[in-house]
Amino acid sequence: MDLTTRYLGLTLASPLVPSASPLSDEVGNVRRMEDLGAGAVVLRSLFEEQIRRDRAELHHHLSFGTDSFAEAQSFFPEPAGFAIGPDGYLEHIRQVKAAVSIPVIASLNGSHPGKWTQYARLMQDAGADAVELNLYGIPTDVEKGAERVEDELLDVVRAVRAEVGVPLAVKLSPFFTNLANVALRLAGAGADGLTLFNRFYQPDIDLDHLEVRPNVLLSTPQALRLPLRWIAILYGRVKVDFAATSGIHSHEDVLKVLMVGASVAELCSVLMRHGLDHLTEVRRGLVEWMTAHEYESVRQMQGSMSQQHVESPEAFERAQYMRAVQRSPVFMV
Amino acid sequence: MIDEKAVAAHRARKLSPDHPVLRGTAQNPDVYFQARETVNRFYDACPDATQRVMDRFAETVGRQYKLFEYHGHPEAERVIVMMGSGAETTHETVDHLVSQGERVGVLKVRLYRPFDGRRFVEALPRTARAIAVLDRTKEPGAGGEPLYLDCVAALAEHVDVAGHADASVRTLLPRLVGGRYGLSSKEFTPAMVMGIYDHLATERPRNHFTVGIHDDVTHTSLFFDKTASIEPDDVVRAVFWGLGSDGTVGANKSSIKIIGEGTDEYAQGYFVYDSRKSGAVTISHLRFGPRPIRGSYLIEQAGFVGCHQWSLLERYEVLGTIVEGGTFLLNSPFGPAEVWAELPREIQDAILVKKLRFYVIDGHKVAKESGLGGRINTVMQTCFFVLSRVLPRDEAVNAIKYAIRKDYGVQGEEVVTRNERAVDRALEEMHEVDVAGCVARGTPQPLPVPVAAPDFVRNVLGKVIAGKGDELPVSAMPIDGTYPTATSRWEKRNIAREIPVWEPDLCIQCGKCAMVCPHSVIRIKVMPPEAIVSAPPTFKTMAAKDKEFDGLRYSIQVAPEDCTGCAICVDICPARSKSANKIKALNMHAQPPLREPESRNWDFFVGLPELDRRLIKEGSIRQQQIQQPLFEFPSACSGCGETPYIKLATQLFGDRMVVANATGCSSIYGGNLPTTPWSQNAEGRGPAWSNSLFEDNAEFGMGMRLAIDKQHEMASELVLALRGELGEELVEGLVGADQRTEAGIFEQRARVAILKQRLAASARAEARRLEDLADMLVRKSVWIIGGDGWAYDIGFGGLDHVLASGADVNVLVLDTEVYSNTGGQMSKATPRAAVAKFAAGGKPGPKKDLGRIAMTYGNVYVAQVAMGARDEHTLKAFLEAEAYPGPSLIIAYSHCIAHGIVMEHGMRNQKAAVESGHWLLYRHHPERAESGDNPLQLDSKAPKIPVSQYLEMENRFRMLAATRPGEARGMFREVQQDVNHNWQLYQRLAEPHGTPKATDGETK
Repeated sequence: MDLTTRYLGLTLASPLVPSASPLSDEVGNVRRMEDLGAGAVVLRSLFEEQIRRDRAELHHHLSFGTDSFAEAQSFFPEPAGFAIGPDGYLEHIRQVKAAVSIPVIASLNGSHPGKWTQYARLMQDAGADAVELNLYGIPTDVEKGAERVEDELLDVVRAVRAEVGVPLAVKLSPFFTNLANVALRLAGAGADGLTLFNRFYQPDIDLDHLEVRPNVLLSTPQALRLPLRWIAILYGRVKVDFAATSGIHSHEDVLKVLMVGASVAELCSVLMRHGLDHLTEVRRGLVEWMTAHEYESVRQMQGSMSQQHVESPEAFERAQYMRAVQRSPVFMV
Repeated sequence: MIDEKAVAAHRARKLSPDHPVLRGTAQNPDVYFQARETVNRFYDACPDATQRVMDRFAETVGRQYKLFEYHGHPEAERVIVMMGSGAETTHETVDHLVSQGERVGVLKVRLYRPFDGRRFVEALPRTARAIAVLDRTKEPGAGGEPLYLDCVAALAEHVDVAGHADASVRTLLPRLVGGRYGLSSKEFTPAMVMGIYDHLATERPRNHFTVGIHDDVTHTSLFFDKTASIEPDDVVRAVFWGLGSDGTVGANKSSIKIIGEGTDEYAQGYFVYDSRKSGAVTISHLRFGPRPIRGSYLIEQAGFVGCHQWSLLERYEVLGTIVEGGTFLLNSPFGPAEVWAELPREIQDAILVKKLRFYVIDGHKVAKESGLGGRINTVMQTCFFVLSRVLPRDEAVNAIKYAIRKDYGVQGEEVVTRNERAVDRALEEMHEVDVAGCVARGTPQPLPVPVAAPDFVRNVLGKVIAGKGDELPVSAMPIDGTYPTATSRWEKRNIAREIPVWEPDLCIQCGKCAMVCPHSVIRIKVMPPEAIVSAPPTFKTMAAKDKEFDGLRYSIQVAPEDCTGCAICVDICPARSKSANKIKALNMHAQPPLREPESRNWDFFVGLPELDRRLIKEGSIRQQQIQQPLFEFPSACSGCGETPYIKLATQLFGDRMVVANATGCSSIYGGNLPTTPWSQNAEGRGPAWSNSLFEDNAEFGMGMRLAIDKQHEMASELVLALRGELGEELVEGLVGADQRTEAGIFEQRARVAILKQRLAASARAEARRLEDLADMLVRKSVWIIGGDGWAYDIGFGGLDHVLASGADVNVLVLDTEVYSNTGGQMSKATPRAAVAKFAAGGKPGPKKDLGRIAMTYGNVYVAQVAMGARDEHTLKAFLEAEAYPGPSLIIAYSHCIAHGIVMEHGMRNQKAAVESGHWLLYRHHPERAESGDNPLQLDSKAPKIPVSQYLEMENRFRMLAATRPGEARGMFREVQQDVNHNWQLYQRLAEPHGTPKATDGETK
C-alpha cells in the first residue's frame, strides 16, 4: 500500500504526523514515532512569550536580592551560559535531526511582529526541514478592527517568510470573519501550507477557589468537523498544502481528512491519551480500510471529497445547516 | 614558581596501602616532648625560605616583597609597625607627612609566623626612638596584643646582641607602645595615623592605647583631628546611597570594572551594608585616580554624591561627606521644578551652603519604561558617568553598553536591549535643578526614633539607626552584650510602597493573614465595644463572628510603617468580593497617603487591651491568631518563609520562652543591632534570647534547659522547706501545679505572686533565696531555633546528642533547603536537582531525611510542617511539640529568596511542595505508642500533582533546565522517583498498628 504523501514540498512515507506536543520533547519518543510509522514530526512550539518571559524571569531571579547583604551578595551560582529561549530548542532540533530520518518540522508560536521571528531562521539553520508558524493570538483591543488584526498576522507571516528558505506552514484558528480570504492572503504572504486548526486552550473557572484556571482539555472526535469542512472548502481554491489537526483520533478520521484534501493528518490528543503505540493502530486501520476498499495510494484519495469534487457542494455550506436544523421532528427518531 | 620536586615529595608522603605508614598516634609523656622539638629546624629555615621565594617572585613579576618592609623617612624617629590593609593607609599618610618634613615611617609585617625577630630589628630605622605597634585585635587579659608582644620580645632579644653589625649605634632601646585599631573592620583613617604619630612625639606616649573610638571609661583612646585629610585633588571620589534591591552596588561594581579595565585610571570600591535583609541600605564608596589607590578607608570628602532612593533623604545625612561645589544626583519622583519644595530642610541647607550642583532623574520611571522593573542601576550609573566626567560622554555611554552586553549577554538579547534602552533614556531624563533664589524651608528630618522611646533606645540604638554608631563612646555600650528586647517597634523604616488595607465587609475572620505575615505587621484584636469609643475616625472594626466572642468587636490592623509590602497576606486571603473577584478582604494600596492615618490607627490598636488568653481557643487559627506575637517587625527578607513560624511560637508560648538561636538568617534578623524583633507583652514578659555559635546551638539550648530545671528544682525544695510559713495549700499548689494549659500557667503565676508577698514577710535566709528563684516555678519553654545549615549539617552532631538526651526542649528547624544567610550554598537539606552554590549542576543526591533519623530514637516528638500547605497542621504540631515533656523536633518548610520564587506567592510554593509529595506532612508522637498506636501519623494526602509542576515554580530547579537541559530531564525524573519512594515508605511506616490477637490473651 502506498501511503506516501507530498506535504510542503516534502515527500513523507505516511500522512500520519504527530503534531506539536510535549511528546516530541524527548529524542527517544521521536525515534519511536518514526518506528511506529509517523511520516514527519512537528516539534513542540517555541513561544514568542516564552522567549521573552524565560529570559526576563531568569534575569529577575538571578538579580533579585543580590548585593544587599554583605554575607549573601548573590543566591545562585553563575554558569557560563544558559540554554533558555531558543538555545535549548535549537539544540533539541539538532538532536532530533541526528536521531531520525523523517522530516522534522519546527514550530514557532506567536502573533505580534517582533524580533522573535528571526528564530525561524535559527530553526532552519539547526536543521528543521520546515517551520510551522502557529498564529496564536486573542485580540482583546476593542478599538482594533478585523482588518488590522489580519494585517498584523500577515506581517508576521511575511517576516518569518523573509527569514527562512525552508517550507513554511501556518497554523491558525477558525475565528475569522472570512477564513477563505484570510487563507488566500496567507498563501500570498508566503505560506506553503495551512494547518487547520489551532485549538485554543480555553480557561475555566474553579468554583471552589473562585479562580480562573488554565485548563488543558484534550480534543474530542467532534472537533474534527471544523477542519474537515474548511479543508473541503479551501482545497483547490487556495493553492497550498493542508494539514488537518484537531480531533483526529482514528484511521477513519485520517481517511476523512485526506479525502477532503489534507496532505497530512496531525495527531496529538489521541497520542497523549493512549500513548505513541496508538500510531500503529491508526496506520494498520488505514491500510486495512484502503485494502478492503481497493485503494492503491493515499494520493489517490486526496481531495476526492473536497467541495469541488462532491456531488452536492452545498453540503459544506449554510444550506446544509438549514436542512439539518429544520428537519421535521417527525423524522428525528 | 612551583617546585615540582617539592610537590612530588609532598605526594610521596601520602597515605597509601602501597607504602603503608601510621600517622596521628597517641603519644605518652615519655616521647611527646622530644617529638615536638623535631620541627624546630623547619621553623628556623622558614623566614629565609620565604624571603628567597619573595625574591624569585620579584625577578618574575617585578614586585619585591620583604618579610619586613620599611617605608618612610630614612632617619625616621617615629615608626608605626603593623600588618594588613591598614598598613597601606599608613603608607599613604607617611608619604604625606614626610613631604611636610616629618621624620616618620611605617614597618609592614609580611611574614607574621614564624616571626623573625632579628630581621624585624634590622628593618627598623636605627634612628627610631618611638614605635607604635598596632594590632587589629583585642586579647583581654594578655600583657598586650600579639604583634606588640612579638615586637617587644624581638627588641629585647636582638638589640645589642653580640655580633649585631650596628649594635653600638643603639645605646638605649626605643620606646615601644602597643595600640588597638580597626576591630570588626572599624574605620582606620589617615587622621588616626596622624593622631598616632602626634602621640609618639609626646614625652611619654601611652601604652595599650586605642585609636578610632572614644573610650570614656578607661581612657585608652588617642585624640586625633577628625577633619585631617590627605586625599589628593586628582582623585575622583564618589559616594552612592542605595537600597539593596535597586542594584546600586552592582552598578558601582560595573563602573569599577569599566574604568579599571578600560582606562589607565586606577579604581577602588568599597561597599558598606547594613544587616537588614529587607530595605537594606547600601553605601558605595568609589575612587578613581591616576596612581594606585592605597587608602583603605571610607570617603570622607566626596566630589559626587548619588542618592538612589528618595526615602534615604529623610533618614540619613546623605550629604554629610560632600565637598563644597560638589555634584549631587538624586533619584527623585519629583521633577526639577517641584523637587526643591519636597526636600528635607537638612538637604536644602547642604545644597545651598555647600553650593552644590544638583541634578534629578526619575530613575524608577525610566527603569520601568525600559522594562527593568525596580532595578535602577543602569539608569543611575549612566548619570554618574556623564556628571563625573571620568570619561568623555560618548566614550562613557559606549563603555556602559559594552559592559551591559558583557554582563547580561548570557541572559539574552532582551535583557541587553532593555538595559541599553535605559542608558539612552537616562541621558534624556536627567535634569539640573536651578537652585538660585531657593530658600531652605523644607520639613526637618524626623528623629531616628520617637521621643517616647526609652532612653537607651533613643540615645544608643537611635544613633546606630541613624548610621552614627561610630560616634558612640565606650560608656554607651552594655558591658556584657546584654540588650533590651522589644526595640524594633521604635525603628520605623517605611520601606513598603504598598500596604494591605482591610475590607471588613468581606472579611470572614479566618486569621490566615495574620498567621502568614512574616513581619507581624498585620494583627487581630477582639475587644468590647466600649474600648473603641475614642477610636480615630478611620479605625475599622466589625462584629466578632465567633460565638464565644458574641457582642465583641473584631479588628484587623496593619502597621503601616513596619510593613514591607510583601503582599503574602493578600495572596493567602480567601475572602473575595461577590461582585468583583479581584477585590479581597485585604488589598494592596499605596503607602504614602495611608502612612499618617494608619499610624494613628496602629497606635490606637496597640493601646487596646489584649484579650484574656484563657478565653482563646488556641487550637483554632481564627482565634489563636488573636494572641499577641512577641516577635515583631524582623528585618528579614520581605515575604520571608521562616519568620511566620517563629512568630507563631511566640504567640503561643512567648511569655515563658527561652530561645537558643543558631547563627544564620534567624540570628541576623533576630539579633543584629540596632533593634531586635523579639518583643514583650504588657506585663514585660517575652522571649529571652541568646546566640552562641553555629555549631553548638543545640547543646547551648540544652544547657538552658538544664539550668532552668535545676533552678526549678531548687525553688521547689525551698518552697517545701518553707512549708510552715507559706501554708500547705499554696505549697501543694506551687509544687504540684498542672501547667499544660494557658489556664494552668495563669494560676501558677497567681500562686507565685502570692508566694512573693508571703516571702517578703519572712525573715529567713531561704526566703531571700526563693525570692530570686520564685519565677522559675512557672514552666519555661526552651526553644532551639536554627536553619537547615545548622540542623542538617554543621550542628547536626550536637542536635543528635540533644535529641538523644531526652531533655524537654523544642527544636525548630527553619528548613529553606539551602544556606540562605550566606547566599545559597547547598546543604544536606537541599533536594535533588536543585541548583545551589557548590551544586551548580543540580544537587546529585536526595535530601537527607532528618525527621526519620530523629524518629529512630522513639522518644522524640517529630513533626514536618508547611504552613502554606496546611496551617492548622502547623499549629497542632507546635502545640503538641511544646506540650510533649521530652525532645521535640519541628521541621518547617520555609520558602526563601534563595529558591528564586515570587515571594508574594511563597505560601503557594509551600502548598505545591506538599501536593506534589516533595514535602510530607507528618507527626510522630511518642505518646501514641503508649496506647498501642503507631506513633507516626502521616498527615499528607497522596501526591496529587506531578513533582515537575512544583519544580517548575522555582528558579533553583528551572535553572538546571536552563543550563543543562539534557541532564535536567533525567534528574527531574529521579526527583519524581524519590517522591514516589518516600510516599510509599512513609505510608508503610505510618500503617496503623494491628489489634493484638485475642489468642495472645491480651485485650485492647
